[in-house]
Amino acid sequence: MELATLQALNDERKARRAVVLVKSLDDGAERLVREGDAVEGALGERIAEAFRSGQSRVVEAGGAEHFLNVHLPPARIVAIGAVHITQALAPMAAVAGYDFEIIDPRTAFATPERFPDVRLHAEWPEDVLARQPFDPYTAVAAVTHDPKIDDFALKAALEAGCFYVGALGSRKTHAKRVERLTELGLPPERIERIQAPIGLAIGAASPGEIAVAVLAQIIAAFRSRETAGKGRSS
Amino acid sequence: MSEATTDDSRDPLTIAQQWRTQGREVALATVVETWGSAPRPVGSHLVIDGEGNFHGSVSGGCVEGAVVAEAVDIIGSGRPRLLEFGVADETAWQVGLSCGGRIKVYVERLN
Repeated sequence: MELATLQALNDERKARRAVVLVKSLDDGAERLVREGDAVEGALGERIAEAFRSGQSRVVEAGGAEHFLNVHLPPARIVAIGAVHITQALAPMAAVAGYDFEIIDPRTAFATPERFPDVRLHAEWPEDVLARQPFDPYTAVAAVTHDPKIDDFALKAALEAGCFYVGALGSRKTHAKRVERLTELGLPPERIERIQAPIGLAIGAASPGEIAVAVLAQIIAAFRSRETAGKGRSS
Repeated sequence: MSEATTDDSRDPLTIAQQWRTQGREVALATVVETWGSAPRPVGSHLVIDGEGNFHGSVSGGCVEGAVVAEAVDIIGSGRPRLLEFGVADETAWQVGLSCGGRIKVYVERLN
């Protein structure tokens, strides 16, 4: 591999853009293909399939063998709310291999002392998402209990097609949330994607247990989704 | 979002770029095919330098030693090779996969 190819590949991965590295097993020729780039013929069809499935594999096209290495962005969890549950969720997400970030404008909650070694944005979701929007490889867990903070992020997550969207709160709280999101113009089929009450139904009571239930629900969503991130490799 | 928080200290492709940029000789091994119960998925990487230091994995530790030895040769010759490992051959107990799977590993020099 040429160093320039590797640099370009690593730049795309860091920018959370999906790419396929095409390698000829016959002569070693290589080519980096970004999602949406036009590639002609049978090889182009195989590459399009690879983006859809997320599966890296050897394919035959034009009488030659090519290895298609699919690099989809790693799954990331964004917690809206630097609360007690989040303190338990952050280290568990790291152990499970998920990138993790927290957004909470309440500077009393979002402190490095409470969250050592975590990417922490002590800002409004509106400001953070203007810089770095959600994408389909992101899970969003809204746990502030405060509509002023949660609602914008939930709307953005549903519109971006995040693979998981969960929100803390009782059924009664959620019913009011559904009303507010409906008033914001979201169609019912999108709002129905919100997991609420948040987390798998395992009877979780403590913040740590709720974090386990949330992480398990996120993993279940990630492993059962249609395309995003199946080819996670390292 | 604009930045990934992938753990760079354990990412073989990031390490490969760092090592090469530092002027070290580097080879990259990639799992390109698997059959049966192979321990690491297709697309997994092992990065090796000219002195046999390595990061990442192409199996659960079963064949890394053999891949590292080949990689040092490939760094010298510059010619990529496609290696195949399984349990069906006589060397199984030295460099085979005890799990019963088979894997193909493409090893190339980083130029």
